[in-house]
Amino acid sequence: MRKSKALLFEMSRTGREGYSLPTCDVPMQPLDRLIPKTLQRSEPLELPELTEVEIIRHYTELSTRNFGVDTGFYPLGSCTMKYNPKVNEETAVLPGFSFIHPCQSEETVQGALELLYNMELSLKELTGMDRFTLQPAAGAHGELTGLMVIQAYHRHRGDHKRNRVLIPLSAHGTNPATVSMAGYDVIQIPCDDRGLVDLKALQAAVDDTTSALMLTNPSTLGLFEEDIIAIAKAVHDAGGLLYYDGANMNAIMGYTRPGDMGFDVVHLNIHKTLATPHGGGGPGGGPVGVRERLAPFLPVPLVDKQGDNFCFNYDLPNSIGKVHSFYGNFGVVIKAYTYLRMMGAEGLKQASSDAVLNANYLMNLLKKTYFLPYDRPCKHEFVLSARPEKKKGAGAGDIAKALLDRGFHPPTVYFPLIVEEALMIEPTDTESRETLDAFSRAMEEIAKDIDQDAGKVANGPYNTVVGRLDEVRAARTPILRWRKE
Amino acid sequence: MGGKHYLPLTDEDRRVMLDTIGVESVEDLFNDIPAEVRLRRDLDLPPALAESEALAHLNDLASKNKNYCSCVSFMGAGVYDHFIPSVIRHVTGRSEFYTSYTPYQAEISQGILQAIFEYQTMICQLTGMDVANASMYDGGTAVAEGAIMGCGATRRSKVLVSRSVSPFYRDVLRNYFNSRGLVLEEIPLKDGCTDRENLDKMLDDNVATVVLQQPNFFGMVENMSGIADMVHGHKATLLISVDPLSLPLLQSPAEYGADIVVGEGQALGVPASFGGPLLGIMAARDRFVRQMPGRIAGETSDSEGNRGYVLTLQTREQHIRREKAASNICSNEALVALAASVYLAALGPKGMREVAEQCLQKAAYAREKITALDNYKLAFPGINFKEFAVIVPGDPADLNRKLLEKNILGGVSITPFYPELENAMLFAVTEKRSREEIDILVRELEGWS
Repeated sequence: MRKSKALLFEMSRTGREGYSLPTCDVPMQPLDRLIPKTLQRSEPLELPELTEVEIIRHYTELSTRNFGVDTGFYPLGSCTMKYNPKVNEETAVLPGFSFIHPCQSEETVQGALELLYNMELSLKELTGMDRFTLQPAAGAHGELTGLMVIQAYHRHRGDHKRNRVLIPLSAHGTNPATVSMAGYDVIQIPCDDRGLVDLKALQAAVDDTTSALMLTNPSTLGLFEEDIIAIAKAVHDAGGLLYYDGANMNAIMGYTRPGDMGFDVVHLNIHKTLATPHGGGGPGGGPVGVRERLAPFLPVPLVDKQGDNFCFNYDLPNSIGKVHSFYGNFGVVIKAYTYLRMMGAEGLKQASSDAVLNANYLMNLLKKTYFLPYDRPCKHEFVLSARPEKKKGAGAGDIAKALLDRGFHPPTVYFPLIVEEALMIEPTDTESRETLDAFSRAMEEIAKDIDQDAGKVANGPYNTVVGRLDEVRAARTPILRWRKE
Repeated sequence: MGGKHYLPLTDEDRRVMLDTIGVESVEDLFNDIPAEVRLRRDLDLPPALAESEALAHLNDLASKNKNYCSCVSFMGAGVYDHFIPSVIRHVTGRSEFYTSYTPYQAEISQGILQAIFEYQTMICQLTGMDVANASMYDGGTAVAEGAIMGCGATRRSKVLVSRSVSPFYRDVLRNYFNSRGLVLEEIPLKDGCTDRENLDKMLDDNVATVVLQQPNFFGMVENMSGIADMVHGHKATLLISVDPLSLPLLQSPAEYGADIVVGEGQALGVPASFGGPLLGIMAARDRFVRQMPGRIAGETSDSEGNRGYVLTLQTREQHIRREKAASNICSNEALVALAASVYLAALGPKGMREVAEQCLQKAAYAREKITALDNYKLAFPGINFKEFAVIVPGDPADLNRKLLEKNILGGVSITPFYPELENAMLFAVTEKRSREEIDILVRELEGWS
């Protein structure tokens, strides 16, 4: 049944309290003596007044209006919405991790430093890189950090004319946005008819103004860039560096490594590949790994081991500085570390193997019904085009809404941009064949529904707590906060 | 093999699936990886652990850390030991929230979208601003992105930042600015606060943003009156980094004319967690909304008129605008913002004021007691909220080692960031500290001098 949910503010009743505090046991001084009247708040503080009972019921109801990996299949392409193991949630909240202050002396946080150190060791091996910083708090933050390191490297060599970063057209939106944020110009490299980076176009585009190429491999089409050796050579010969966007690392663990492919800088999305939950939009983690020659430019501090002790290393005179107030999302790193320790080398490789098998299986089921523009073995994800369905009256976005009615989270839609009406599907390693079969059947039903009554599909969803929401209205007349009437 | 219990495919499944695909083995699906770059050995990682072994290993690492449960903490400098009501973890522990992605599909994400909308509202209520976003990574990146937002809004490229702003935030700011080719100048200190005369001299028509912090890094409440006029006289924007827990007591930034308000939200029910995940708060006046980075939830309705929420104004964002986006931020700290929302809802206006007052009173008590000791003196006279800088008679690291023997996590040494202040420490006193705990700290300090 459809209904709106009252806001906290609408539930508020004057006089309700949802907290308890100890009585203040120090001698109280008059407020005005501690803070002059002129510096005190004069406007009343308008926050809702609720008891704990109402708060927990409010959020419990909100949670029933939300879909997570624990609710069901979540094949959101390039987001690697795999299962988030519960043990990770337990380890991250151990008091010895949760309740430590970032400015504590090294001898009081040896366990935390050891964890960071171990994590770096594992990430180096997983990616073939020489040093890591765990400071970036998300993938895009890692991208920015990586580009800053590349920039510092070129500048340090007195190479100041490298003001352009090359990006394939299939790249995530964060790549070009990051390039701009780092003060670079974006040069787009087209894809060829295989869906891969157009090598000739790349070779023509690289020159002594090329700072780096940012590449996701496998690409957002789920295709491995087979020409990676030639790509790396073209960029390196021109004096540029190779940046690996790790969003799709879940496809290749144990099969190949960015370092072995020739990449100089890597970021991983530990909230994707290493199974930490995405939290409704974060916190994530975007560790950045680099080859030896770039290590001097990483953010401070690095974590080192001296004898049996672990310590922070701030002695990096050429470091770019810091990208986070402290050491990044430590709490998320704990979860990823726990995952790595649970999986081991064999488990990680099996995860990538199953992720790729699941994607190819589902692709083969779905290509009977839907148009697959790049029909070749994929890695962890694949992209369908709903162009034929769009012509009938219901496009990728409508198919997404129809999936909501069938209890599935939809794929990523309208991305990558090089495929019209794109449906980008990433089943991940943690889904069963039954789930993939059920999803495939749902997609077939939707295709039939479109044939019969595309208009009905275009007006969905029908079984959700609210109907299709008017995004145009939200943007044209923005209501971005509640206000008292 | 590790992780079997997360991998549902059986060998039989794999065989059937390979048949369906029409290949012999999974290896065939990796043939497109050139032989030269294939890893021809097993990854050299520690052996897989059973769940009980993983828990034991992580427990072992955790037990090597001194923490707030085994010690009494007076550490602050942006991350504080405030009480975290139990209800928060029970809300953020709902896996419908924590296992969801960014709410692109609004109709099945109403829970998190409404929670973000409520969070935005409460941040506006605290700061007096018109609009808030769904969060930034932390206080440092919020300061940096806020300053950049000011540059975008004014089409200028110079920013002035006070030396009383957290050195941790200034490090991040400097880095973001270096990379982008923006100009950053530091406003000197006077008596532990922003030197207003210097600010006035440094202001010119090239300045995009003036960055101040309230209370500042030394825990001092700066006199903000007249600053906005000074800044706006040059058509620059005033950005204030706040401790949200101070706002029930202190003038809201809106009251003294701020244009952009950022801050670290960790104080709002979030564990210190060795400095992350934290919560970057960002709010501003209406006119900045098109330059604002990050996600913003907005109200709308469905065709039947049911109220609902969507991510909106997305033409600012990277996935739509790509290289012309206001920022590259994609993942933020949504679950931490949810924790902060629950905190604010639980405390309400009265509880928030009580927490703030207890911090103020207890910090004032500790400040008085400590500075009454021989050889300890306040680094700067003035008004403090919940922390204060003290010049101690010796090396702060030695003092902290001594305090640790009594299970006290002492102050944060700030001399590395302010070399002119020898043996300076920052002590934070939250509502969690009892008079007895403060008295023990004072006694230990007395014994050390």
